[in-house]
Amino acid sequence: MPPTTATSSATLGGAPGAAARRRRLVTTVLVTVLLLVLPLAAGWLGAAWVRTLAFAALYVMLALGLNIVVGFAGLLDLGYIAFYAVGAYTFALLASPHLTDNFPALALAFPGGLHVPIWAAIPLGAGIAAGFGVLLGAPVLKLRGDYLAIVTLGFGEIIRIFLNNLNRPLNLTNGPQGINLIDPVRIGSVSFDRPLDLLGLRLSSPQLYYYLFVALAALSALVCSRLQDSRLGRAWMAIREDETAAKAMGINVRNVKLLAFGLGATFGGVAGSMFGAFQGFVSPESFSLMESVIVLSMIVLGGLGHIPGVIFGAVLLSVFPEVLRHTVGPLQEQVFGHIVIDTEVLRMLLYGAALVVIMLYRPRGLWPAPLHGSVRAPEEAAGGGARP
Amino acid sequence: MTDLAAPDVLLQVRDTSRRFGGLQALNAVSMSIARGQIYGLIGPNGAGKTTFFNVITGLVRPDAGSFVLDGAAYEPTAVHRVAAAGIARTFQNIRLFAEMTALENVMVGRHVRTRSGALAAVLRTRAARAEEVAIRTRAQELLDYVGIGALGHLRARTLSYGDQRRLEIARALATDPKLLALDEPAAGMNGTEKVELRRLLERIRGDGVTILLIEHDVKLVMGLCDRVTVLDEGRVIKEGAPAQVQRDPAVIEAYLGRAHAPA
Repeated sequence: MPPTTATSSATLGGAPGAAARRRRLVTTVLVTVLLLVLPLAAGWLGAAWVRTLAFAALYVMLALGLNIVVGFAGLLDLGYIAFYAVGAYTFALLASPHLTDNFPALALAFPGGLHVPIWAAIPLGAGIAAGFGVLLGAPVLKLRGDYLAIVTLGFGEIIRIFLNNLNRPLNLTNGPQGINLIDPVRIGSVSFDRPLDLLGLRLSSPQLYYYLFVALAALSALVCSRLQDSRLGRAWMAIREDETAAKAMGINVRNVKLLAFGLGATFGGVAGSMFGAFQGFVSPESFSLMESVIVLSMIVLGGLGHIPGVIFGAVLLSVFPEVLRHTVGPLQEQVFGHIVIDTEVLRMLLYGAALVVIMLYRPRGLWPAPLHGSVRAPEEAAGGGARP
Repeated sequence: MTDLAAPDVLLQVRDTSRRFGGLQALNAVSMSIARGQIYGLIGPNGAGKTTFFNVITGLVRPDAGSFVLDGAAYEPTAVHRVAAAGIARTFQNIRLFAEMTALENVMVGRHVRTRSGALAAVLRTRAARAEEVAIRTRAQELLDYVGIGALGHLRARTLSYGDQRRLEIARALATDPKLLALDEPAAGMNGTEKVELRRLLERIRGDGVTILLIEHDVKLVMGLCDRVTVLDEGRVIKEGAPAQVQRDPAVIEAYLGRAHAPA
């Protein structure tokens, strides 16, 4: 067998070659340093930029989760933001005075108020979101393509409308006013809503959240890449490629699809609970259909099913609108001396135009999975060609 | 039609029927496939070959019929259990996982014989890693076995037609089948490819896998099969050794019309 040189970051487990391993180490170190320094640099520009970066990390988590459902298993989901909402509201209810204010019995049980710590709230948010994921998955098992998209879209709207209206007869969600006074993240003695002095550096609250979110996003990426290169990941892709053939290969399509919905929703749940803590406030309007569409755009634009592409797409689409927000206004004033087109309108116009242009010239996304020899050569992959 | 528990019979099908609206696609079809044989299923277009195939692989529910596979009652109800029970199939119009590599396609075939779940994959446990290496090794062996060992890293859809057929067979073999069911594997192949296919199927039989073969190419069937069943209009019209079947007037009539049948 001739040795092939095809290598990529989409490894399939096993032992990579020494050169590839070194390259990977160097990349990891560079990326880590960049991610660590970035918020400090952004801090000079203003707290808004640090917040934008923190949100980018949250969107990376959302995109990675949706990528499991859409990219890996090929199930078009237009209601993904519902799981983000479920995570956010779970955390909001468990770590705010809302429930104790409205339910006297609970106030008696928790005289100090409900303050569930994040090590319990995150798994709960993730678990409940996963439950909702399976709840959505079960009735849509036999649907594909457009039909699946319509049902998931409806599901997303149902969740939002429930959140909007569940303030009567029992005030569970406080309706359109949303839930306020949500606890910030606390790890040990460090409360993320106050700046932290560390080794002569003063880290602001958004910077602290940024580091936490980036760590969670990195963990998400690791989990996703391990899932992708596993027996389960291959089963997802087999279903995406040809469901009938996948069944004939003995794959239990029902279970594997439910796992995709459930695991995908888990990421949404974690991201949502972090969103709740970061904002200190959640309301239904954060979870509109538009948000689902934006997260879907991120993964399609970045490169469906390709983890680095998905991350890239999420960062780009969450940072780009902010860049436009800060540039189109001043730019017009410089060029024309006054604002010609409303900043917000122009921003959305350019944003839309950028999406169209990218899809015209890079239909498989900005950073798609490599086309040929997408995985390492068989010799290398089988552990140095040790085959009988 | 014989006793249930004949030890050398791998798959016993009795009186299976299936009607699609006004069409009786299968009418009390029985078949008895012995271990280690290449068993041919032939018949003119619309005879019910593919329906029979879909019935025993769970894609189509029979209206009637009983099935015994390897001495145990076999209910081809859920498609995904068929592979676990020991029947693997290929498709008439090749159905590979087009965007996955050839190696990955075969690795998917190992799914039903392996166990690692989501948690093991995320934690990358020792057992999961060992299983992954075993899956990969076995998949590569099977690619070598069918003769496309050097193409494992290519996407399935980029392979040539003949290689795609081979890959589909390798993927089916990856499920460790007792019965390998091939739906027109030679369709669209040229002469050389057919000779190679024949060699491969003989080799698979030699390694102890029983084969059920639907084929249009009568020459291939007659040269390769140990037993043949001829279907016409949903009914078995002849069953026997290829040489017998070939001379049978009913068979000739079914294929060529009454005028050609010897008196």
